[in-house]
Amino acid sequence: MSDDNPYNIPRTGFDTLALHAGQQPDPLTGARATPIYQSASFVFPDTDFAAGLFNIERAGHVYSRLSNPTNAVLEERIAALEGGVGAIATSSGQAATHLAITTLCSAGDHVVASRSLYGGTHNLLDYTLPRFGISTTFVDPRSPEAFGAAIQPNTKLLFGEIIGNPGLEVLDIPKVAAVAHDAGMPLLIDSTFATPYLCKPFDHGADLIVHSATKFLSGHGAIIGGLLVDGGTFNWESSDRFPTLTEPYDGFHNLVFAEEFGPLAFLMRARKEGMRDFGACMAPTTAFYALQGVETLSLRMARHIENTRAIVDFLSQQSAVEEVIHPEVPSHPDHELAQQLLPKGAGAVLGVIIHGGRSAGQKLIESLTLISHLANIGDAKTLVIHPASTTHHRMSGEDLAKAGIHEGLIRLSIGLEEPSDLIADLSSALRRSQRV
Amino acid sequence: MYLEIAGKQAFYGTGSSSHRESQPSIVFIHGAAMDHTVWSLPARYFARHQFNVVAIDLPGHGRSTGPALHHIAEMSDWLSEVLATGENEEHIVVGHSMGSLIAWDWAAKNSDRCQKLVLLGTSMPMPVTDQLLNSAKLNENASFEMANTWSHSSRGKLGFNLNPGVWMFGHGQRLMHRSIEDAFYADLAACNSANLEPGQIQCPTLLILAESDQMTPYRAGKSVADQLTNTSIVTLPGSGHSMLSECPNEVLDALIEFIAAA
Ligand SMILES: Cc1ncc(COP(=O)(O)O)c(C=O)c1O
Repeated sequence: MSDDNPYNIPRTGFDTLALHAGQQPDPLTGARATPIYQSASFVFPDTDFAAGLFNIERAGHVYSRLSNPTNAVLEERIAALEGGVGAIATSSGQAATHLAITTLCSAGDHVVASRSLYGGTHNLLDYTLPRFGISTTFVDPRSPEAFGAAIQPNTKLLFGEIIGNPGLEVLDIPKVAAVAHDAGMPLLIDSTFATPYLCKPFDHGADLIVHSATKFLSGHGAIIGGLLVDGGTFNWESSDRFPTLTEPYDGFHNLVFAEEFGPLAFLMRARKEGMRDFGACMAPTTAFYALQGVETLSLRMARHIENTRAIVDFLSQQSAVEEVIHPEVPSHPDHELAQQLLPKGAGAVLGVIIHGGRSAGQKLIESLTLISHLANIGDAKTLVIHPASTTHHRMSGEDLAKAGIHEGLIRLSIGLEEPSDLIADLSSALRRSQRV
Repeated sequence: MYLEIAGKQAFYGTGSSSHRESQPSIVFIHGAAMDHTVWSLPARYFARHQFNVVAIDLPGHGRSTGPALHHIAEMSDWLSEVLATGENEEHIVVGHSMGSLIAWDWAAKNSDRCQKLVLLGTSMPMPVTDQLLNSAKLNENASFEMANTWSHSSRGKLGFNLNPGVWMFGHGQRLMHRSIEDAFYADLAACNSANLEPGQIQCPTLLILAESDQMTPYRAGKSVADQLTNTSIVTLPGSGHSMLSECPNEVLDALIEFIAAA
C-alpha cells in the first residue's frame, strides 16, 4: 500500500501507457505496430450511418482533416500520459496553440500570456492574432499576481510555457492556476519543454495543454506536429464568458457543446469547428513517427536529463563561461520551484552566456562540429542556436531584455550522444570563442 | 430543458432537438455519479429520428440542483414528476447501471405507461463493496478512481475507442468529479439497498450486458432475464461496464433494433 494509493487500485503505469494507450493489435490484420491509415476518407456502410457520423450520433471517422485512426491513437496516448479527457493532433505546435486560442476567443477577446514564450508563439499573439481582433497582454512569468492584474472583462484564458523559451523561467503552475480559477478563467500551458514524463500540468491545476510534438515527444527532429490536450476540468458553464461552448452554435445546428458533451465540450468544439474550418490536421504518417517516439519517451527523457546535467556541470567550470542558465543550477531563481514541479529534471534545454558577448557567441557556434547549429529543440541530437539573431530576431533589444534574453545568450538542446563527445566539442569551441 | 421539480432546478437533455407533439418519447437515465452527457450519441440519434428525448440529470448530477436522492424509489418518483410535465402518456425507458434500477422501478409502478424497457449493465440485487461505499461516504477521490477502474475492461483501460481522440478512462473520471459532494455515496447506497420486484412489468425488455463487466457482472445481469418476463439479451463481447464509451456503436445498434421492432 502506498500513501497516494491506500486502496491499492490497479493503475496502468506511465511506460505501459506510452506503449499501449489508444491502440490494440489491428483487429483485421493482427498488426502489432500502429498501422498508418493513409486514407483521406472512410467508407460509410449506409446513409443513416453516414448521417449519424456527421451528426455526432456514432463514433467513427469521416475524413482525415477531422479525424484519422492513426492520429486517434496518438491523441489518446498523449491524453492518457497527461491525464486528460482527450486530445487533437495538429499539423504543428503552432497550429495547436492557434486551435486552443481560437476555440475560446473571438474578435474582441483577450489573452493574458507569459512574456517568456517561444518566438513563434510571441509572433502569433503579438502581431498576427491582433489582426483578427484578439489581443494579448504579456506579463512577467514569475509574477502570478501580474497574470491576475492583467485580466480584463473580455479575457478568455491565461497562458504560459512550463519552462519559458528561451529564458528557462519555470512557471508556478499551481499559483497561476489559482489566479486563473479565482477569476473564472482556464489556464493553458505549453508543456513542450517538459513532456508528461517530467511534469503533468493537469495535476497542478492547468486546464488545457499544448505540445509541439516536433520536439521531445517525437524526439528525433524528423517531423513537425502538435497536440492540444483537454483536461476536462474546467467548468465552462460557471459564467457567460465562454459563449463558444455554452451558447447554441449555428455552425452545427445550434449545438450547445457544454450541454451536449460535458467534460468533452472544449475538445468537441475544437474538432468540430477548428479542425473542420482551419484544417491544420496532422498527416497520419507524421502521427506514426510521433508514436514511435512516444514509445521510448521515458528512456529518452531520462538520458536527455542525465546528459544535460553532465553538460551543465562541465560548462559551470569553464573560465570562458559567464553564466549557465538552467533551473537545476542552484543560483537559478526558479531552482526550488523546479524541484517541486519538475522533480525528475528541469528539461534538456539550457542557456549559456560566455565572455566576449555577441561575437564570441557567434564564434562558439561556428566552431562546433558535432553539435548542430539549427532552429529546433528536442532532437535526439544536440542542437545549438543564438536566439537574438534567429528565433527571437523580431524582438527589439528592449523586448529581449524584458523577455530575459541576453544578446549573447546561446541555447543548447542536449541530445542523447555520449556526453564525453559533447564535452570535447564544446571544450574546443569554447577555446576558439575566446581567441581575439 | 430546464424545469422546476419540488422547487428545485431540474434538467434533461433533448439530443439538441425541440419538442415534437405526439411523437414517442425515450427516457434515458444515467448511472451513479454520471449525468445526461453519457447518452449524447444515442440521444442525438433518436432526436434526429423524430423521438422526444428526455435524458435526465438526477438531482445533484449535471445541471440538476442537489441534494442527491438516497433511494431508487425516490429517484423513480422524481422521474415521474419530470415526466408529468410532458404530454406523453407512454415512454420507452432506458437506464444504465443505477439508472437501470430507476427504469425498472418506474416501469414496475407505471407498467401501463412503459412501452419498452432497456436495462444496460444491470443486476438485481446490485451490491456495492463496503470499501467503495465507505470511500464514497468520505467523498474521497479514490472512490471515483475505484469505480472508474472497475467500470472499464482491461482492454478499455488502454483506450482504443472509436470516438476520435477521446481518452475514455480520463473522461469517465472527469465525469464523476462533476457530481456534487455526497452524490456518489447516495447513488451507491441506493444501488446497494435496492430490492426490486417485477411488479406488473409486461413490456418487452432488452438487457444490454457487457461480457467483461466488473461492476455488474455479466452473469448477474443475465439472471435479470429470469426475474422479468419478455426479455431479450444483447451481449457486448469484451466490453466493460462503461459500455456507452467502450462500445458506443454496438449499444446504439442494439437500441435501434429493439426500439424499431414492433
Ligand atoms: C515551446 C514551444 N512551443 C511551440 C513551438 C511551436 O511548435 P512547432 O514548431 O511544432 O509549430 C515551439 C517550437 O519551437 C516551442 O519550442
